[in-house]
Amino acid sequence: MSDTEADEGGNRKVKRFMIVNRKAPYGTIYALEALEVVLIGAAFDQDMTLVFADDGVYQLKKGQQTKGIGQKNFSPSYRALGDYDIEKLYVERESLQARGLAPEDLLVPVRVLGSAELSVLMDEQDVVLSF
Amino acid sequence: MAVLHTTNKSPLQTRDLESCLRLTRPGCSILLLEDAVYGALKSIEANAKLVDAAKDRRLYVLGPDLAARGFTPEEVIAGIEVVDYGGFVDLVAEHHHVQAWV
Repeated sequence: MSDTEADEGGNRKVKRFMIVNRKAPYGTIYALEALEVVLIGAAFDQDMTLVFADDGVYQLKKGQQTKGIGQKNFSPSYRALGDYDIEKLYVERESLQARGLAPEDLLVPVRVLGSAELSVLMDEQDVVLSF
Repeated sequence: MAVLHTTNKSPLQTRDLESCLRLTRPGCSILLLEDAVYGALKSIEANAKLVDAAKDRRLYVLGPDLAARGFTPEEVIAGIEVVDYGGFVDLVAEHHHVQAWV
């Protein structure tokens, strides 16, 4: 059976998707687009995992106030991901440390993993989308 | 007055700020905006080196961009002045011209 075919019961195969977020929010559109993609994936009942590494960890920084730059503050959306059964949020330890951040500085509970552990997780995915 | 340089990329993802410092002259001004505001934070150890390299220049950071990213003026390295959009306009008016390091 190919990945796109339905099984005998008519159910489409659930794939493991990983969204890798490596950009800071607001300066580019990547962070917001990644959020859209993860919600679309969840709407199609796919197995979604989010990884935050490099400047991507800044997407989860508490206290974002975007009124002054006239952009929508989309950071509260990360707190709503649980409502869509998106619960696999991983942050790379090395990226956090390089930015002097701790898990308490982030607006959602995350699992902090080292690069080596994250690379194993990445290898296990069917699809990895990089933002 | 001298040149106002602006940089808008995170110093952890690109080397724009480093190039800006290498290729600019003492006495100029550098404004960090958009993702470059991370370059003004005390919390990033590597920033100390950048600021040290810029001690003969005036450094500014755009406040609204800092706030959007969840940081306050208290988290900015001493010696870097936080300006608002009005301050940005004043800087542009005060300087001979503006050079953007995009």
